[in-house]
Amino acid sequence: MDKTLVKKIQANPNYIELVSKRSGFAVKLALFVLAIFYSYILVIAFNKELLGVKLDEASVMTWAFPVAAAIIIVSFITTLIYVKRANGEFEDLTNAIKEDVKDDL
Amino acid sequence: MRLLALLALTSVALFAAGESLGLEAKAKELNIPAIVMFFIFVGATLGVTYWAASKTKSASDFYTAGGGITGFQNGMAIAGDYMSAASFLGLSGLVYLQGYDGLVYAVGFLVGWPVILFLMAEKLRNLGKFTFADIAAYRLAQKEIRTLAAFGSISVVALYLIAQMVGSGKLIQVLFGLPYEWAVVLVGVMMIIYVTFGGMLATTWVQIIKAVLLLSGVTFMAFMILQNFGFSFEALAQKAVDTHAWGQDIMAPSDKGKIKDPVSAVSLGLALMLGTAGLPHVLMRFFTVGNAKEARKSVVYATGFIGYFYLVIAVIGLGAVVYLTPEHAPEFFVDGKLFGGGNMAAIHLSKVVGGDIFLGFISAVAFATILAVVSGLTLAGASAISHDIYGQVICDGKADEKKEMKVSKISVIVIGVVGVILGILFEKQNIAFMVGLAFAIAASANFPILFLSIYWSKLTTRGAFIGGFMGLITAVLLVILGPVVWVGVLHNAEPIFPYAYPALFSVTVAFIGIWFFSITDNSERAKSEIEAFEAQKVRSETGFGADGAVSH
Repeated sequence: MDKTLVKKIQANPNYIELVSKRSGFAVKLALFVLAIFYSYILVIAFNKELLGVKLDEASVMTWAFPVAAAIIIVSFITTLIYVKRANGEFEDLTNAIKEDVKDDL
Repeated sequence: MRLLALLALTSVALFAAGESLGLEAKAKELNIPAIVMFFIFVGATLGVTYWAASKTKSASDFYTAGGGITGFQNGMAIAGDYMSAASFLGLSGLVYLQGYDGLVYAVGFLVGWPVILFLMAEKLRNLGKFTFADIAAYRLAQKEIRTLAAFGSISVVALYLIAQMVGSGKLIQVLFGLPYEWAVVLVGVMMIIYVTFGGMLATTWVQIIKAVLLLSGVTFMAFMILQNFGFSFEALAQKAVDTHAWGQDIMAPSDKGKIKDPVSAVSLGLALMLGTAGLPHVLMRFFTVGNAKEARKSVVYATGFIGYFYLVIAVIGLGAVVYLTPEHAPEFFVDGKLFGGGNMAAIHLSKVVGGDIFLGFISAVAFATILAVVSGLTLAGASAISHDIYGQVICDGKADEKKEMKVSKISVIVIGVVGVILGILFEKQNIAFMVGLAFAIAASANFPILFLSIYWSKLTTRGAFIGGFMGLITAVLLVILGPVVWVGVLHNAEPIFPYAYPALFSVTVAFIGIWFFSITDNSERAKSEIEAFEAQKVRSETGFGADGAVSH
């Protein structure tokens, strides 16, 4: 890719929209997952007992299990959310950019 | 190939015969139905390998065969790679021994996936190359980056290999009653045969099939366990708490396990999360599908399958706690200890819930998985030596192909021998834990370079090379000086480095090293590398210029 083409793509409104929308979205989702996971890890690091609290005094079941299951399920759902949008909206924007610069590619 | 399969199988049989000759009289009789099932399934897997290999003729066929692989299939293959012996045998064993701690690993192994998808997968794909080294070397100097990547890959491969060797060695030991050392040697021999002659051609298909078999197998196990508790996880947990020596402590992270102190917990979390993004054989899977859309889909499928698998493992682990006690199942215990160690909990449990036939099925699936993962790893290590170090660095990219192939084959044998020796030394370690260490090295050596080469324009070759090696050396040294090797393998009294998990320190060292040696690099080369970032960024966002490799 030569410099003029790089400049041209960088000035393309669709490219600007794609980059800002996608990185904003990806970073937000990544921070969301990271925040959940590191809260979990920090609880394990500094206050293990919190996860050992029982759901109900009569049973042995603790919060630790539903929390682990929830993190696994939430991780899966966030990938689903991302891919839905990326394979629709972001893919369309990429194709639009390609259309705009196809003579130079 | 067929001949080799035969050869490999006969060698197993010969070793098995050794048992009856009185070479090992360790309280175990040969379990004929299980062994027959084992051979049927291992034979079938080898057959599939043979079939798929005959469909893909050349080496390049193999890499671009990706075009024909759908997102769903690739997701299955990723899941197959990931549900290795370490996940299946190691995690269930960890839950069996230490209760909830095993789940901390499971959560960490999984959480890496969404983060890879959001921040790395697409960019890697759009840069349109095949391996980790290719991406890092996109705008940086080939020689330095390839040397670094090769050393990083070899270290990761070695540790990952130990985990798989221990798992398969134990499996053969339990199933055929062989001494552990013999079993590991046998696995090493089979692995070398499989790789040097069969190659990696059909791994994707083998992984897909095994993913399906393993998922069905563990689902059946969990079903059988829960059935006895009226499908109540709580009732199962109640019984597990009553049975396990730790009592209620198995229901939450515990100070009794390896995750004792804050530093260990944070360090482990970091390694598991970032390590996935630095595993060379996993990253390669993003290039085996037709286009970016399918690549993204495959991550969703993989995350779904792996997540489901880990949830089921929790049930299996607790089931093992309940059923595998010296009182309930004395036949699995030798001198009061579980035969084959904690890593074999899932295997013994399969016999409890499904009898000998199911034991044979699960053993075969586990063994075939190990063989495929081990072969993939060995090839990754061997190509790092032959292609990157010998071809690119020593011969300046001018090595003739025949010599390179020869170096590659010798490397496979060397890695196989090293794997056997390490496998014997690390016999007593939990294999999920060993994989945790492999992740720590991947997170320290490979991940920082990869991440910064995509996102940080000021990264230079000097920074990447010096900082990357600082991270790698720190990680390896801390593993050696830590409790696992220094005390566990070398039998010293006290570890020099007190923590079992090095990632917190080594990842920090890598990032600081890379940053410092990049910003202080004022050379001409550094300037042109920084300039090249703009073009790389446009390509990483759009995939333009990589289209030939990406969307055909």
